[in-house]
Amino acid sequence: MRYFLKRIGFYALTAWAAITINFFIPRLIPGDPVQSLITRSRGQLSTEAVQSLYVLFGLDKTDGLVTQYFKYWGQLFRGDLGVSFTFFPSQVGEVIGQSLPWTLVLVGITTIIGFFIGTALGTLAGWRRGSWIDALIPVTTFLSSIPYFWLGLIAIVLLTGPDSFFPASGGYDTGVVPSWDWDFITSALQHGLLPAITILISSMSGWILSMRNMMVTVASEDYVTVAHAKGLSDARVMVKYAARNALLPNVSGFALSLGFIVGGTLLVEIVFSYPGVGYQLFQAVGTKDYPLMQGIFLIITLSVLLANFIADLAYMLLDPRTRREG
Amino acid sequence: MATPATVAATPVTVQSVPKRRRLRFVANPKAAIGLVLMGIFVLLAIIGPWISPYDPSARSSALVAPPSAAHWLGTTHLGQDVLSQLLSGTRSVVEVGFLAGIVATAIALLVGVTSGYLSGAGAETLSALSNVFLVIPALPLIIIITSILPETTDFAIALVIGLTSWAWGARVLRAQTLSLRGRDYVEAARATGEKTWRIILFEIMPNLTAVIASNFIGTVIFAVTSEITLAFIGVNTSGDNWNWGTILFWAQGQQALGQGAWWWFVPAGLAIALLGTSLALLNFGIDEFVSPRLRSNGKTKVRTVDGHSVRMRVGFTPVLGHSADARPGKPIFGRKDES
Repeated sequence: MRYFLKRIGFYALTAWAAITINFFIPRLIPGDPVQSLITRSRGQLSTEAVQSLYVLFGLDKTDGLVTQYFKYWGQLFRGDLGVSFTFFPSQVGEVIGQSLPWTLVLVGITTIIGFFIGTALGTLAGWRRGSWIDALIPVTTFLSSIPYFWLGLIAIVLLTGPDSFFPASGGYDTGVVPSWDWDFITSALQHGLLPAITILISSMSGWILSMRNMMVTVASEDYVTVAHAKGLSDARVMVKYAARNALLPNVSGFALSLGFIVGGTLLVEIVFSYPGVGYQLFQAVGTKDYPLMQGIFLIITLSVLLANFIADLAYMLLDPRTRREG
Repeated sequence: MATPATVAATPVTVQSVPKRRRLRFVANPKAAIGLVLMGIFVLLAIIGPWISPYDPSARSSALVAPPSAAHWLGTTHLGQDVLSQLLSGTRSVVEVGFLAGIVATAIALLVGVTSGYLSGAGAETLSALSNVFLVIPALPLIIIITSILPETTDFAIALVIGLTSWAWGARVLRAQTLSLRGRDYVEAARATGEKTWRIILFEIMPNLTAVIASNFIGTVIFAVTSEITLAFIGVNTSGDNWNWGTILFWAQGQQALGQGAWWWFVPAGLAIALLGTSLALLNFGIDEFVSPRLRSNGKTKVRTVDGHSVRMRVGFTPVLGHSADARPGKPIFGRKDES
């Protein structure tokens, strides 16, 4: 329980740090971005929206920094992330709400699948050192050295085309309407397959390698030798004795490297023009849409924190030592 | 290297042992390949702008031309030479990679060793800080900061990457320092009254060398991919400042894929992959140098004299032949009735 509370405290701290960073970043922008937005909107902005933008950007010179900070928190609690420049006059919250499910499904599912496949292969590679799986490691290293987005580009060139099964861009066919019917789901699956494979290939190798190295270390522990000596079957020793213990550092590593993985996978969306958060971030960078960029950063960070929390719960299930009272 | 025969005949040749030890890191094929590739890239970073056949920004009349004798890797939509862009771009990539690596490693060392060796509230705070930076997704943060900066030079980008990506190293170094702190030799140094800074610099740091090196290399990989990513999504693409990401940015923007202009984006991607692989191989070399157990040994299935085949594994020593006191014809290994 104490471990659990400590983790909760840590997440609260990180969330606070992320929001504070988000508060300070726009204060680095030179000039007056709000003025240029007002000009661009040709007088369609209401006075309140202008005022909220000034608070968001820290250009509200009548207040001190501390007052600005509290006003900023007030806006956040009301769910007000500002108005997007690109998708004017939509709220940033609405814009992100449209793209977030796409990213959650694509990145979430592929990251978890990649972790499981990579861990399974790594278990075998570590257990049977010198077998053919070991030969996979240089190959996967090469694949993981390639930036995700370039692998995506190559996949588009090689696998897509006018008469190919794989579509080159988008999240679903332009002919179907997003709803929970069969046509839409199959179309979305078809569009998601190639980005998913790209992410899988590049994210898997890290898990293979770290699991292999942990297995090699664990395989020489006394309890593994004892299990062998008891005459237990090789598979049982591998899974129940060695892998179970080797998995622990891998799970905590999974939680910690989520931030890196998510950053990389967002780029795959850009290449495939997938209608997720990463593609929106790309559009926001192109049009200097600062409120959208900030909103996306905040949402990504909070999602990663949530995923971390879930990984922590899994760790507590796997390792009884963290559940000990005291 | 001395052969076993000469060692047996003349014990004097034992002197050659230290020499062999010094080259042990390079003797690992992974490390050797990594070092050679890395050397080539560093060399290209130095001489690249001089040996590139054209000015990378100079336009010509050959638009989107496939590779030919005049343009070995073809040209872009403005008739710029892709090979020249690639060669000139190497410098920026290597510079940003190394600079960011140095900045991040320095911070990681400071935070990691301090929070690992010292105890108390300050150390806890530093450790919490590095965990916070670890969980916050670095790449989106870098993208936002660099797109807000008024001027994005290579130096500024390297600094931003370095300042946001030190957390992983700090965590690893902290863990290692924590485990070293309790070792007997450190306790002994403390008991003899060595100063804290001396213990940290001369007792603990030398044992962190491998961790520091592998962490540096890891950061360089991250910095290189981040810089290229930034250029690819359109930050830092203005002016004559070429790097591999800029090439990909223009290739993507001009629909090079649709035009079938493979020479435009394949070489840059391969260069990134090769640089990344060389760094990863170096990292493997360091890991295996430090922990020999991680090396993959060649043959794991061994045949015993009586025809059984045994799989070698750690903590397990099969007997392959007949030992002197065994009954003839009776296999020593693999029978349950042996006691």
